[in-house]
Amino acid sequence: MEIRFKLNGKPAQAEVSGDTVLYDLLRELGCYSVKCGCETTNCGLCTVWVNGKSRLSCSILAASIEGQEITTLEGVQKEAEEFGRFLAEEGAEQCGFCSPGFIMNVLAMIRELSNPTLEEMKEYLAGNLCRCTGYMGQMRAIQKYMEMKKEA
Amino acid sequence: MSHSYVNKAIPKVDYKALVTGKAVYTDDLAAKDCLFVKVLRSPHAHALIQEIDTTRAQMVPGIECVLTYKDCPDKRFTMAGQTYPEPSPYDRLILDQRVRFVGDAVAIVAGYGKEAVNKALKMIKVKYEVLEPILDFRKAKDNPILVHPEDNWKSLCPVGADNKRNLCAHDTCSEGDVDEVINNCEYVVDQVYHTKANQQSMMETFRTYTYMDAYGRLNVISSTQVPFHVRRILANALDISKAKIRVIKPRIGGGFGAKQTVVSEVYPALVTWKTGKAAKMIYTREESLIASSPRHEMEVHVRIGADKDGIIQGIDMYTLSNTGAFGEHGPTTVGLSGHKSIPLYGNAKAFRFTYDVVYTNVMSAGAYRGYGATQGLFALESAVNELAEKMQMDPVKLREKNMVREGQVMPAYYGETANSCALDRCMARAKEMMDWDNKYPCRDMGNGKVRGVGVAMAMQGSGISSVDTAAVAIKVNDDGVYSLMIGATDMGTGCDTILAQMAAECLDCSIDDIIVHGVDTDSSPYDTGSYASSTTYVTGMAVVRTCEVLRDKIALKGAEYLGCSVDDVDFDGEKVVNIQTGESISRKEIGNRVMCANQDTLFASEAFTSPVSPPPYMVGMAEVEVDKETGELELIDYVAVVDCGTVVNPNLARIQTEGGLAQGIGMAMYEDVVYNAKGKNYSNSFMQYKIPSRLDVGTIRVEFESSYEPTGPFGAKSIGEIVINTPSPAIASAVNHAVGVKVRELPITAEKVFFGMQK
Repeated sequence: MEIRFKLNGKPAQAEVSGDTVLYDLLRELGCYSVKCGCETTNCGLCTVWVNGKSRLSCSILAASIEGQEITTLEGVQKEAEEFGRFLAEEGAEQCGFCSPGFIMNVLAMIRELSNPTLEEMKEYLAGNLCRCTGYMGQMRAIQKYMEMKKEA
Repeated sequence: MSHSYVNKAIPKVDYKALVTGKAVYTDDLAAKDCLFVKVLRSPHAHALIQEIDTTRAQMVPGIECVLTYKDCPDKRFTMAGQTYPEPSPYDRLILDQRVRFVGDAVAIVAGYGKEAVNKALKMIKVKYEVLEPILDFRKAKDNPILVHPEDNWKSLCPVGADNKRNLCAHDTCSEGDVDEVINNCEYVVDQVYHTKANQQSMMETFRTYTYMDAYGRLNVISSTQVPFHVRRILANALDISKAKIRVIKPRIGGGFGAKQTVVSEVYPALVTWKTGKAAKMIYTREESLIASSPRHEMEVHVRIGADKDGIIQGIDMYTLSNTGAFGEHGPTTVGLSGHKSIPLYGNAKAFRFTYDVVYTNVMSAGAYRGYGATQGLFALESAVNELAEKMQMDPVKLREKNMVREGQVMPAYYGETANSCALDRCMARAKEMMDWDNKYPCRDMGNGKVRGVGVAMAMQGSGISSVDTAAVAIKVNDDGVYSLMIGATDMGTGCDTILAQMAAECLDCSIDDIIVHGVDTDSSPYDTGSYASSTTYVTGMAVVRTCEVLRDKIALKGAEYLGCSVDDVDFDGEKVVNIQTGESISRKEIGNRVMCANQDTLFASEAFTSPVSPPPYMVGMAEVEVDKETGELELIDYVAVVDCGTVVNPNLARIQTEGGLAQGIGMAMYEDVVYNAKGKNYSNSFMQYKIPSRLDVGTIRVEFESSYEPTGPFGAKSIGEIVINTPSPAIASAVNHAVGVKVRELPITAEKVFFGMQK
């Protein structure tokens, strides 16, 4: 079937079958930032926004996004680079494979929560696994980034 | 000594691409229209293929080929990425008539589209003769059932292997009469400790993309830590010339040792070699959990004795290691369980270390950060904690009395001297950070919960002495910009960055003037690869040496252009100056002038290998809260102080430490590879194989206490592996201090603590 939706602000259309998963479709459409780490909705690597809310693209059927607005890291490059600099200043991007999904969820969190505590942030991001960093550096980066945003 | 780049926390040179999600990993680079490769996997732990019929599978539309053992060379090889001749036995075929674990490869299917391939996999008809498997590694040695009865099994090195006894390796070594020494001890602990297989669980699973190039050569883009070993192993596996293979390493989504084994490469390589068509294999997480290269399960029997004053007199260790169906890294990992634990105790008069490594019918083990030291240190550090308890002595105090000190010879560490060792300072600082004296042994929180603290020490090596070899090449380009070509593999750790930092330091230039070129076996200088904690130390020294030679060449060329003797010039990094006249020529101008009418290349390439492998040291302390009713445990705080010599990049080193500790915490509390009675692996997804999330690691705090390693670059030693070693013994001891339960088999779960409290 043919579906029409918005991808990173631009109109998009694709021919999909009933069992096509959004994750596969997005990569097919050249959104290579979207990664897969588990196939069982445990890792958070495939996080994208559907109408501005974080969702796991590995567990969404492509057919269901008709008329919806999808955002991947390709659609928020400036913000990704801005926050990414803070991540890199902690050395906490490391292998980088979980970074796109993680950054999508961090940016969603910043939009959704105002003045979250460390515990609230950890809970919000609990679904984003990372095997390299041990998470501390990621949290330091978020706190410093939010501090900068507050001052700005 | 102050440096411009060394010991500076600069961001990684590739960070921008990573944080903006650029297409830089293997699967991003694979051609969209390439063949998709999958493997049919054995449902039996041990069986012989009697018949295999692929006719119907081949007829599925879109299928390019279906390959079985009949299509593979009958020449055994090892998938272990090690220096030739590999200590790991040559016990593999790409596909074999005998399958040796649930998940072993039976057939390879290649086709256009996942759907077609998955459909074809279901249509392969296999008739198995099911054989009895060996699933208990304690019963494997000299069992009449043989995992590798074949006659073309071969061991290249004298590691004590014997396939007719299910033995992958055996050795014993000792100094002094350990039995007599321990018998005369006032206090003796005699216990057995059991560590399980653990999955590295890097976020990017195993994956490889292969294609033929214009020269008829097999090109391999692979997520690997060992590109040069991949070239050799593929040549062995396909039985073709190494001249026919090129291996390229793109960005890697984590390795932790997993990718020191050639797990995914052979399958698409065989397909491309047979069909001439581009192919890729992307392991699913399930495949990465059932048919990969996890940590060796080990059972370690420790006997340790101390005199009445608490001086440790003798250590006796026996390790039984489970290498699974194949021997990858079997003969080498086991050695570290003794050789990188026993030397922590500098006063011991005698030691003995014996081991057996056995084949069984579970997935092959491999290399995982810590590489055997982790298993041995859980055992020995737990035994030392039990010794302290027996003596009613603070375990920190017992260690202060016995720990290895700078300048001491370490007989169990191949007789090497601890030339750089700040273990004593690490302990003192960790104690302060944890507020150990106030928290030891435990505090009742008054709500049914108790908080206990525990301590452990660790060591590792820096590269494999007299084996690991790294070469680096640097050339001067137009405008005097440098290309730094390395064979070491950045797998996210940041070695491209720290090696560039060292080069900028040595060449007195901006790091922006250095182009780092990652690994392509066609053009990169040889490097054994990034494993065994070798890159900072071994490849780092190759950078230092290469820069020295290149500086001389630049000075010589500058002198020529200035028309003076090289003895009269000084190269300050930016320009060559005639110190007699003050006349100078810039590096930029030299770089441009050598591109016209010139016969001297401004290029240097030097190699490095070390006769020693200087250990980094560290101390870890855990504070754990245990629920007295349920046994549930929560990690509250983890403190670690590391001596990795000079810290080349403090941020990257801190992340290495925090990340390694989190993996160690996973090993200690959550991670377990569980098989059923028939050898089926139940831990086949992240739902069953639980790695820590950010809610599971408590607070991790890291500091550095640096010694100065005289043989290392700028005084540096390694950091990558040691950091995983302390959590298991420290957390086990904290639980014991909290509720008096000794868990000697990992992981330390609420169930084990609960049942321990009922005794």
